[in-house]
Amino acid sequence: MSDLLVSAPADRRSVLRLLRPSLVQLTLVRFREFWREPEAVFWVFVFPILLAAGLGIAFESRPAERLRIAAADGALAEMLAAEPSLAVEVMTPAAAEQALRRGRILLYATADGAGRLRLRYDDGIAEARTAHLLAARAAQRAAGAPEPVAVAEEAVREPGSRYIDFLIPGLLGLNLMGSGMWGIGFAIVDARRKKLLKRLLASPMSRTEYLLSFLLSRLVLLLVEVFALLGFGAWVFGVPVRGALWELLLVCVLASLAFTSLGLLIASRARTIEAASGLMNFVMLPMWVFSGVFFSSERFPDAMQPLIRLLPLTAVNEALRRNILEGAPLASLGPQTAIIGAWLVISFLTALRLFRWR
Amino acid sequence: MAAPAGQPSLRVRSLRKAYRDVIAVDGVDLEVWSGECFGLLGPNGAGKTTTIEICEGLLEPDSGTVELFGLTWARHGAELRQRLGVQLQDTQLSEKLTVGETVRLFRSFYRRGPSVEEVIRMVQLEEKRKARVGALSGGQKQRLAMACALVGDPDLLFLDEPTTGLDPQARRQLWELIGRLKREGRTVILTTHYMEEAERLCDRVAIIDRGRIIALGAPGELIGLLGAGHVVEFAVDSGREAPPPAVLEAIEGVVAVRALDSSYQLQVSELHRAVPALLAEFGRRGLAVTELRTHSASLEDVFVALTGRHLRDE
Repeated sequence: MSDLLVSAPADRRSVLRLLRPSLVQLTLVRFREFWREPEAVFWVFVFPILLAAGLGIAFESRPAERLRIAAADGALAEMLAAEPSLAVEVMTPAAAEQALRRGRILLYATADGAGRLRLRYDDGIAEARTAHLLAARAAQRAAGAPEPVAVAEEAVREPGSRYIDFLIPGLLGLNLMGSGMWGIGFAIVDARRKKLLKRLLASPMSRTEYLLSFLLSRLVLLLVEVFALLGFGAWVFGVPVRGALWELLLVCVLASLAFTSLGLLIASRARTIEAASGLMNFVMLPMWVFSGVFFSSERFPDAMQPLIRLLPLTAVNEALRRNILEGAPLASLGPQTAIIGAWLVISFLTALRLFRWR
Repeated sequence: MAAPAGQPSLRVRSLRKAYRDVIAVDGVDLEVWSGECFGLLGPNGAGKTTTIEICEGLLEPDSGTVELFGLTWARHGAELRQRLGVQLQDTQLSEKLTVGETVRLFRSFYRRGPSVEEVIRMVQLEEKRKARVGALSGGQKQRLAMACALVGDPDLLFLDEPTTGLDPQARRQLWELIGRLKREGRTVILTTHYMEEAERLCDRVAIIDRGRIIALGAPGELIGLLGAGHVVEFAVDSGREAPPPAVLEAIEGVVAVRALDSSYQLQVSELHRAVPALLAEFGRRGLAVTELRTHSASLEDVFVALTGRHLRDE
């Protein structure tokens, strides 16, 4: 290997000389196969940005929307409409029942003979509970109830606490998972199916370099992915990156290596694309749901939390959010990096044991 | 051809390999000498590919030994990889790469060898250098596979069914290429189930059937063993009795008689005497001949003579 280190310091390509030509060629092949597959480029680069744009617009923070409710008569409606957050209309009980079922209104207010206000709503819906509180408050105020405590309100709608701020790190994690696992998994299973792996094995190619070429190309594409998504978030939605950038990249590299190892594990035996796709989806779909990509994973029951926290994507998303949104230093992300690292080591070692070249 | 002196390029001793309940290779011995083009000829499933893949170090034999240039896979794997050129049966190279990129990739694995341009010229794909592999014809893909086998300037070239599935023109092009490699003095081992290919390209062939070598020698020698230079095949009207074998054997110039499924095959030394006598015999018996074919004896006939089956039962 000593000859690899011989290079003229003035030579601008001296860095490349440290790499063996075979490793360079194998890595170039990875890039070429990627760029020449328009679908892969779409899923890795375009899709996450489209998703971020779509969800960002859909859940854009607006002045709090008025909650739609209905009242049985005009007087009642007028009383409730004193509350600016409520949009009140008049409905017959039958129409209101239907509107409630369809979610068109959140609450139906009637007054019974005894001067009591009846509020019908589904207490399983958070917004309906809010409507109930507002309606009740409006009724008390109309009756001249005293308010012993003065409440000053302060609306928080600044970058870093909106849905898009929650979403962008989650999409980054999702993207690291998808591209890491598919990138290596698909290529290896395809090469095995076409007997290309066997052909490469019949040449003097180094098997280590072959696997290394996947990691090298992944790391380069990773930079593009991270900067494209975060850049888009910052440019269009003003999503901040509060943590140290190099620490963020380190987390991304670790995450990418872990998911690539997991992809290698899945691809270690599969002989058909169908089998590999099935396995990939089996592994990835639960993480789409449980790992806090689109909504917080803490919404799931407490009993599931220990399991959910052990999923690699949960740890990755948590670490990304802590860095990006809270500016947490890497040193404080010990548990998350430990979980990601464990997935990396265990999947890689298992993959090496199981891997079939033929 | 190189005289059997010194060390053979390939020496195989009592090779055996079974897959579950099928014995693929059942005691094969082989020696291939430097500069020789050696053919493994046999029907599909005869054990040719298993044999050649064990020689290429891709499969482990159950027992037996393989030596290449006096080296073994267990101890000299890395060196052997550098010295061998391999073309496997139905490998699909990456369709997204160009011809040039594919050759460059394979070239990068070898310490020595011709330049990418030279190799592409050797297989006559200069015009396709920038074409994607996916856009090549079957014959061009096969020549590209040959290029990938040649990038390391191999001392020994393994070609597994190099022309299977190609149209006649592409097959002839590949024969010319292999012929050129032979003339350059390269050692080539190829498998085929086309006897014409073996006769045309190979200095020596091993006819292999059910995992065993049933004949070994130069194509001419093997055909000579038949003792008859020609083959006459005929069939009579179904439902009618052909003349009994004893009668056929008595015809002048007939060396051997063999009844196949629906026809008869005569090995004949003197065609110009045997055919008129045969037709006269049919005339005497009032038999109508529905088929009558003659051809010069080939390796196919050797295979038929040895096994009673055609090489390709299709």
